[in-house]
Amino acid sequence: MAGKRIFIAGFGGQGVLLIGQMIAYAAMFEDKEVSWMPSYGPEMRGGTANCTVNVSDAPIASPLVAECDVLITMNGPSLDKFESMLVPGGDLFINSSIIEQKATRDDINVHYVDCQHLAEVEVGNGKTQNMVMLGAIINATGVVHMETMQKVFEKVFTGKKAKLIPKNMEALSVWQPA
Amino acid sequence: MAEKKLMKGNEAFATAAMNAGCRYYFGYPITPQNEVPEFMSRELPKAGGYFIQAESELGAMNMAYGAAAAGGRVLLSTSSPGIALMQENLSLLSSVELPVVLVSVMRGGPGIGSIQPGQADYEQATRGGGNGDYHTIVLAPATIQEACDMIYKAFDIADEYRNPVMVCADGMIGQMMEPVVLPPEKAPLTEEEIWEKKPYALTGHKWKRERNAINSVWLQQELLEEYIYQYWPKYEKAEAELQDWEAINVENCDTLFVAYGSVSRVVKEAMQALEAEGYNVGLIRLKTLWPFPHKAFELIGDNCKNIICCELSMGQMMKDVKAEVEGKYPVHLINRVGGMLLDPIEVVDRTKKILEVK
Repeated sequence: MAGKRIFIAGFGGQGVLLIGQMIAYAAMFEDKEVSWMPSYGPEMRGGTANCTVNVSDAPIASPLVAECDVLITMNGPSLDKFESMLVPGGDLFINSSIIEQKATRDDINVHYVDCQHLAEVEVGNGKTQNMVMLGAIINATGVVHMETMQKVFEKVFTGKKAKLIPKNMEALSVWQPA
Repeated sequence: MAEKKLMKGNEAFATAAMNAGCRYYFGYPITPQNEVPEFMSRELPKAGGYFIQAESELGAMNMAYGAAAAGGRVLLSTSSPGIALMQENLSLLSSVELPVVLVSVMRGGPGIGSIQPGQADYEQATRGGGNGDYHTIVLAPATIQEACDMIYKAFDIADEYRNPVMVCADGMIGQMMEPVVLPPEKAPLTEEEIWEKKPYALTGHKWKRERNAINSVWLQQELLEEYIYQYWPKYEKAEAELQDWEAINVENCDTLFVAYGSVSRVVKEAMQALEAEGYNVGLIRLKTLWPFPHKAFELIGDNCKNIICCELSMGQMMKDVKAEVEGKYPVHLINRVGGMLLDPIEVVDRTKKILEVK
C-alpha cells in the first residue's frame, strides 16, 4: 500500500496514544487519509498501551494491522512482544533510555532514541520525552512534514497550554538520524 | 466543503446526533461507548438539551419513550448487554410507533462478555428479543464518517417510519479516530412544528383537537389485530426502500465475500492482497442489516463459485446469506468471536485454505 502502518507501544502514561494522535492530526492537515486506533480495556497508568496509525494517500481499508512499516517501542516488553510485527526493511524505534536490550533482527532499520536524556538535557524538560520520540519518527521516516507540526500543536495546545508550543517544537528536532 | 475534524468514533456519533436536532439523551454507562454519554453530558445542556444518566438501561428506554412521545428527537446508546436489557422497550416503542435512535457499540458476548469489539449481536439487532410483531430498522456503518451520516439519517428514518432505528457500530469504530466531515446542524423542531409534523405527539391539545393518547394495551384483540394490519405496511415499505449495501466486483468475481461494519474493512485489505496474487474476489458489504439487502445478491454473476462470510460471530449473518442464496453456492465462514478480531493476513490465509479444499 502507498502509505505507512505505524504501531506504537509502551506503558500507559508515556504518551503512546498521544504520539499516534499527533501523527494522525498532521496527516489529516496534509490531506492524507488516516486512522488512529487505540488498544483499550481495563487499563491504567503503568499498564500496557498501544495504538495503530495508518497514513495513506488512498482510503484506509483496515484500521487494524497484522504487520507494520514503522514500530515504536517505548518500553522493553513492547520490543519483545512486537518486534516480529515489523516488515523487512521497516523502521524500528527503541526508547533506549529504559530499554536495555538491542533489536534482535538485522533486516530492519533500527533507531535508538535516548528520549529521557535528550528531553532533560537537550530540551531541558523531562516531560517532552514523547515529543522527542515523535520528532525522531518524523525525522527518520518523513511520514508527515515537520512544518505541519506547528499547526498541529496550535490545534492541540490552546489557551493556557499555548505557551508549551515552543518547547514541544524544540523537542521535535533534538534527535536526527545518523 | 465543511471542515474535516479528527474525531473519536463515539464523540462523532454524539455530535452527528446533535446536528440532526437531537436534544434528548438517556443512557447508562457501558464500555466501549462511554464517550457518548460523557460527550452528551457536557454538550447537550449547552445546546438547551437534556442529558440524564438513567438508573438502568430499562430506565433510559422509558425516559426515551416519554421524550419521543412528546415529539423530541432522542438518542440512546449502549453496548451489547445493554441492548439485551432494552429489548422489552424496543417492542414497546414499536407497539406505539415512537421514533428513537439507538446506537449499539457492539462488544464480545454472550452474557457480560468482553469489552472488545464483537458482532455476535446480529440476531439480537435484526430479530430482537422483544415480544410481538415488530421490526427494528438496523444500519451498519464501517467508518466513522459513515456512522455520522447514518446516525444523522437515522433520525429522519425513525420519524418517517415512526419506529426505533438501531445503528450497529462496534468497539473498533467507537474507539478509533478518523477525520470526519460532520453533517450540517439542524435546529430541533419548535413546539408549533411538532404540533404540525408529529400530530401524534403529546403536546397538550390546547382545546384545538381531540386529546392524544399513547397506549400499548389492547384488551379487545379484534382491535389489536386491526391495528397491526394498519401499521404493518410500513415494514413492507422499509423492505422495499431502505435496503442498502456496497458492491465491489460482485458481477464478475469467483469468490464473493460478505461482511459488514469494521470487519468489511479488514476484508477489503485482504482483498487487495488476494487480487495481487491473482484471485478474483468481490464483496457485498451490508449497510442495512434489517432490512437485509436482498437486492445485492441479485447482482451475483455466473463466475461465482464460493461465498465467504466474514464476521465476529459464530455465523449469525451467514444464516441470512445462506437463506438468501438457497444452496446455489457453497457458503463458508471466516470468523473470530468473544472480542477477538480478524486481521487481513488471517482472512487471506483462511480464504486460501477454503479455496484449496475445493
